[in-house]
Amino acid sequence: MIAETGLASLWLAAGLAAYQLVLMILALRSRVEVARSIRAVAVAQGILTLIAFAALLIVFARTDLSVTLVAANSHSAKPFVYKVAGAWGNHEGSMLMWVTILAVAGAFLGTFSPRTSAMTLVAALGAQAALALGFYGFLLIASNPFARLNPAPIEGQGLNPLLQDPGLAFHPPTLYLGYVGLSIAFSLAVGALLTGEVDSRLGRAMRPWVLGAWVLLTLGITAGSYWAYYELGWGGYWFWDPVENASLMPWLAGTALLHSVNVLAARGALKAWTMMLAVIAFSMSMVGTFLVRSGILTSVHAFAIDPQRGAFLLALLGIYVGAALVLFAWRGANLKEGAPFELVSRETGLVINNLLLSVVLGVVFLGTLYPLLVEAVSGEKLSVGAPYFNAVAGPLALLLAVLVGIGPLIAWRRERRPVFKQLRIPLLLGVTALAVTVILAPRMGILPRLGLTAAAYLAAAAILPLTRRNPLRTPLATWGMVVAHFGIAVALAGMAANAAFTSERLVVAKPGETISVGPWLVQLQEVTPTAGKNWTGMEAQLIATRGHGPITLKPQTRYFTSPPAETNEAAIDTFWNGQLYTVTGKPDETGAWQLRLWWKPFVTLIWLGGALIGLGGAIALFGRIWRRRRREPEWRRGYA
Amino acid sequence: MSRGLRFAPIALLALLLLAMIWRLSKPVDTSVRSNLEGKPVPAFDLGPALDTKLALSSRDLATGNPHLVNVFASWCVPCVTEVKVLQQLKATGVAVEGIAVRDRPEDLAEFLARNGDPYERIGGDPQSSVQISLGSSGVPESFIVDGKGVIRYQHIGPIESSDAAMILRQLDRAR
Repeated sequence: MIAETGLASLWLAAGLAAYQLVLMILALRSRVEVARSIRAVAVAQGILTLIAFAALLIVFARTDLSVTLVAANSHSAKPFVYKVAGAWGNHEGSMLMWVTILAVAGAFLGTFSPRTSAMTLVAALGAQAALALGFYGFLLIASNPFARLNPAPIEGQGLNPLLQDPGLAFHPPTLYLGYVGLSIAFSLAVGALLTGEVDSRLGRAMRPWVLGAWVLLTLGITAGSYWAYYELGWGGYWFWDPVENASLMPWLAGTALLHSVNVLAARGALKAWTMMLAVIAFSMSMVGTFLVRSGILTSVHAFAIDPQRGAFLLALLGIYVGAALVLFAWRGANLKEGAPFELVSRETGLVINNLLLSVVLGVVFLGTLYPLLVEAVSGEKLSVGAPYFNAVAGPLALLLAVLVGIGPLIAWRRERRPVFKQLRIPLLLGVTALAVTVILAPRMGILPRLGLTAAAYLAAAAILPLTRRNPLRTPLATWGMVVAHFGIAVALAGMAANAAFTSERLVVAKPGETISVGPWLVQLQEVTPTAGKNWTGMEAQLIATRGHGPITLKPQTRYFTSPPAETNEAAIDTFWNGQLYTVTGKPDETGAWQLRLWWKPFVTLIWLGGALIGLGGAIALFGRIWRRRRREPEWRRGYA
Repeated sequence: MSRGLRFAPIALLALLLLAMIWRLSKPVDTSVRSNLEGKPVPAFDLGPALDTKLALSSRDLATGNPHLVNVFASWCVPCVTEVKVLQQLKATGVAVEGIAVRDRPEDLAEFLARNGDPYERIGGDPQSSVQISLGSSGVPESFIVDGKGVIRYQHIGPIESSDAAMILRQLDRAR
């Protein structure tokens, strides 16, 4: 009954989406007054998808094996949290989550959008409904999550053991919220292009949605990076895997959009460019979803390879992105650019920021799809890996980091003061860091060395906008910017330190043997069998010392029976100055065990930086909403 | 904005969609082609894996006739089914050579006694060094080496009975 309720809710929501689209067309063609009803429809649609998603969670929580999806992806002997999280650890469930977020975002847009003009809001809600309609069709026709299985099996097939991790509960929902949150910017841009109301008012309306989606995307990527780092047991935080790139591309476009929407909001300039970015950002989300869900690129994330579903998603991608780009070509050119600005101005700085981010986006996009294009043209198979991405995106990112320190110091419209004077201390710090690394670590690679230099410079430069200001009177948006830019410096320092100072040992050791890695001496004590709720395993006991008190690490190899698979559970110990990362492998015939040990100085700064960037965005978002509330009482009236 | 610039994104999208449609319409080929195909067997000289069998060196392969070199181990479960197919191949006149990876003589003797012995020679590779120089990442894997000692084909995973005809064709080509 619960599965049927979910399915019925989905059909009803699809019907409402169609109705919402019709209302929008009526309003645009014959100026019928639909603002109130279209908002109500959007809210109802959001509630119906929430019911459908709750139904999915319930059948997974109960392990209702008469539902095909549960039988294929769950197992009664699985810990409860993974039973629930398993609801989105598969194709159909994750697509339902995608649609739910899309519809709920639409409901939010209908509820909280006081800044938008009535006509643009109606058009945007129509665009959101058109998006949702396609994905409802995809779910109901090609990936029904509620399909029944008759007769029901006695036991389910279980969830991929790599996904049986707390990361699954956090990473996909956050990332999806970010991906799909960008749909609001897309719909607002499409709506504004339809009504021709591209102005600073639209910029101010769009800004919080972009900020919110971008914060979630940042946190989702950071969490995913840490998850891959400890779960895969490869000791890396970023692999330039196609699916990782698929999440990075919307983030890069979103970051560019975040900055250009500020220009639109503050100065009414960069109109066409901002609309283009809003279209591109969500298009990249759809490209990402398509790449993951169709399995056309080889990746550790290749969950379900199904050409028919791929074709359906590709058709949706083509229709939505194509329609938005045609609309842009048709209407975007008529936009009058707003207030002019001088060469040396905040606007110019943000334009350069946007150009650099777009080039990085292009580089990642090309690298991700290049193997596909080459194979289509010449039939030759190749793969593009870290050497390309690091060599091309690395220098661009460093240049960007340098400019991040300068941009916020420049005034809007026209800068008359000499800005470089303010940068004396940051520049001094950067040069000092460079000198120290040259003296202490003369053989360090060029990118890590420049990375540490740029990080030292940026950490100081990021704080400059707060100096000579009363911290209590500084707007929260400025605080947010400072925290986020400081976060970039922190993450950069972590990446450079990890690249430059990591020590790695791969050994075959017998119990009793001691191995040195970095400053550590690690002794293998013994290897003992162990077991969990749905796995058995071997656990190594390692004693690590570094001059003082020993610590114990217990890396495991786990053998899962449903489905049969083996995972390596790394044992990681975190210190203020780095992480000791240990993985066990297989025994050989003499009773010795493979051990992989890493000492990774300051590696945690990478995720700390990511979290700071997200936190900065959240502070700015809070500041924008809070200020708006205080200043404009119509915010409350906007509820209706 | 100029006309051309306006339509550039649409053209890019069309190009991308074409490439993706092409990819979707053509199933992904996951077979791996060995880089060593067409190259001579790396020189090696293994001791006998068992006292009762002959040792194997790279010189034993360049004898004018093609050889099937099977990288296997007694502790490898798929090798048990594979060895039966290898015996059928041997019955048709194929010269089958073995490289036993990380094995113990007593285990190997028991494996051959229980499952049959298609091998003319078995070299013992206790440290996987020859296996690695052959570019083999696991057991079982098989190499077809022609009479001049050049690798002509690499088969990853067990040779199933359904692969036998294909292996014989590859051996014919190596003649």
